[in-house]
Amino acid sequence: MADAGMLRFHVPEPEVRPGGTPDFSNVPIPKAGSVPRPEIDVDPRTIRDHAFSIIRVLNRTGEAVGPWAGLLSSDELLAGLRHMMTLRTFDARMQMAQRQGKTSFYMQHLGEEAVACAFRKALEPGDMNFPTYRQAGLLIADGYPMVTMMNQIYSNEADPLKGRQLPVMYSSKEHGFFSISGNLATQYIQAVGWAMASAISNDSRIAAAWIGDGSTAESDFHSALVFASTYKAPVVLNVVNNQWAISTFQGIARGGSGTFAARGLGFGIPSLRVDGNDYLAVHAVAKWAAERARSNLGPTLVEYVTYRTGAHSSSDDPSAYRPKTESDAWPLGDPIVRLKNHLIALGVWSDERHAQAEAEILDTVIAAQKEAESHGTLHAGGKPSTRDMFEGLYAEMPPHLRRQRQQAGV
Amino acid sequence: MPRRTMIEAIRDAMDVSMGRDDKVVVFGEDVGFFGGVFRCTQGLQSKYGKSRCFDAPINESGIVGSAIGMAAYGLKPCVEIQFADYMYPAYDQLTQEAARLRYRSNGDFTCPIVVRMPTGGGIFGGQTHSQSPEALFTHVSGLKTVVPSNPHDAKGLLIAAIEDPDPVIFLEPKRLYNGPFDGHHDRPVTPWSKHELGEVADGHYTVPLGKAAIRRAGSAITVLAYGTMVYVAQAAVEETGIDAEIIDLRTLLPLDLDTIVASVKKTGRCVIVHEATLTSGFGAELSALVQENCFYHLEAPVARVAGWDTPYPHAQEWDYFPGPARVGRALLETMGA
Repeated sequence: MADAGMLRFHVPEPEVRPGGTPDFSNVPIPKAGSVPRPEIDVDPRTIRDHAFSIIRVLNRTGEAVGPWAGLLSSDELLAGLRHMMTLRTFDARMQMAQRQGKTSFYMQHLGEEAVACAFRKALEPGDMNFPTYRQAGLLIADGYPMVTMMNQIYSNEADPLKGRQLPVMYSSKEHGFFSISGNLATQYIQAVGWAMASAISNDSRIAAAWIGDGSTAESDFHSALVFASTYKAPVVLNVVNNQWAISTFQGIARGGSGTFAARGLGFGIPSLRVDGNDYLAVHAVAKWAAERARSNLGPTLVEYVTYRTGAHSSSDDPSAYRPKTESDAWPLGDPIVRLKNHLIALGVWSDERHAQAEAEILDTVIAAQKEAESHGTLHAGGKPSTRDMFEGLYAEMPPHLRRQRQQAGV
Repeated sequence: MPRRTMIEAIRDAMDVSMGRDDKVVVFGEDVGFFGGVFRCTQGLQSKYGKSRCFDAPINESGIVGSAIGMAAYGLKPCVEIQFADYMYPAYDQLTQEAARLRYRSNGDFTCPIVVRMPTGGGIFGGQTHSQSPEALFTHVSGLKTVVPSNPHDAKGLLIAAIEDPDPVIFLEPKRLYNGPFDGHHDRPVTPWSKHELGEVADGHYTVPLGKAAIRRAGSAITVLAYGTMVYVAQAAVEETGIDAEIIDLRTLLPLDLDTIVASVKKTGRCVIVHEATLTSGFGAELSALVQENCFYHLEAPVARVAGWDTPYPHAQEWDYFPGPARVGRALLETMGA
């Protein structure tokens, strides 16, 4: 046996750091339409390649091609475009509001709008998402009032969460949006539990779990895959791979594994990768996975390959750890531009109508913002009461909290 | 009235709850077909089916995390952590998720789960089968923490916990499963079949959370105890001949402060006993509360008798365990004798 010398410690590094030239040549991008669409009751062992490829529908010229195309009407696609544009405008206004000191913190979705907006349209009423902080598209696409979202972001007197939660940690059972914790990965196994409960109750509703590339390293991710595969829970296990976990590139969580989707293979869970910037592909794959869950075929793991164009949060500066132009080099493009071009190719949209829609959406968002601000912002105007801080912890306030509330003079 | 062991009483509580409400589900490691390593869930799977009582993977954060999701759906999971010592992987789910779900969502989602776990030592279980982590739960806003000391209470408290709309940690002193162990490890333990608190009524009843029980009325000194230490305190009181009032707290949070304060104001002296380690233990909270609420009635410093601040040892189990001799010494010292 050859002498291997001293042991060497390995720490993965991204291809490029600030100052370098962005390079995604190591990210193979299959042609749109090239990945087969299996039957939903497929033997997972026969589609292992789907965990390493990328399902894509929209090609470079804006055509929808291949076996995953054709599920959505022009009207549905136009609505999808509007949802993504609304989310982007909403983000821009709220990011600005944070910079103006109207709230403490904000997290935007720039570049990832297609993932949650398209996924929402693959679910039925009553299904439940267990989101991270970067899936507000689920709410926008389901018609949740933007004013209510802003009230939560501002922690004002109309905040449905009474000022108890960080901005963007929304909750809406009515809209199938589980309360966001702010911890990472904890919701993944909870989604599986919700799905198990639905099966125990012989219900027809399914759950969707959400996690980012970085947080797949948490043990809760493993727990969720164990429970989901053991009990064949009716759940869609979503991994949004936006390449960056704050400053840490996805290779630190992924390690030597080929892809995040491949994590599902050892559990016997059908696992697919999809172009996360392709509204049609996201929707088609989500629909396939949801149908499997609803047909008692169990969980599906879906990795959305996308890119976090914006900062992690309002407290983050990506130029410190990645080239400023890296997002321009991202080979899967921008989800809004791609759907816009597709709709233009279909003949149902134009640059003029797009510009007009942008202006209308901006007006709508500004109007919502004005209404929200009439209820206060974090440091000005109406705010939740000190009494709200003590209430709602238990169904019935225990004596020690009542005493503390009295001490606080409320 | 039928007499039951604490194991049978706990099993009966789950049986009654599952029979009354099909939203109650029971799962955990080995709890399904086998009925649990302590047999607390024996027969529940065959009676209620595999959808209502089933085995879980060895994954405590998964057990609690999935229970939280089930509770958010509308079920009422009552899960078992095989030993309290195994709960640490689930601590994140318990403290940051279960405890806060109602609060952070302003009641949009709630978390009516019960997490049962055998607690305490005295069975030569070593470091990983003997711990008493109650203070790690009472320190967390949003949880309730219950420690029964006898079969009658165990059944009534567990049914109350299952029916409670919020998450409840249910710590079962494993040394009490088969009888009221008083710390005299060299003597046989009286079985519950010969103890009046082994009387467990059939059917549904509850013992309310947040209410202590006075196990022995007395006028000279107040002993605050829970779980196994209730019987250790009784033995110490009998052996020292001191007219002590022994309060079995039963629920640590919410705490029955009124009963504690009324007793200490009457006796003017207080000894606190628990098996868990001393430093930052629940006794520290009790001591502070007694001092804050009874200072002008106290005739001696409040004393604490607890496990030493070491890991729970194996061979030295009975040197570690705060038995009747140590409790008796604390009683005599606090009496000024």
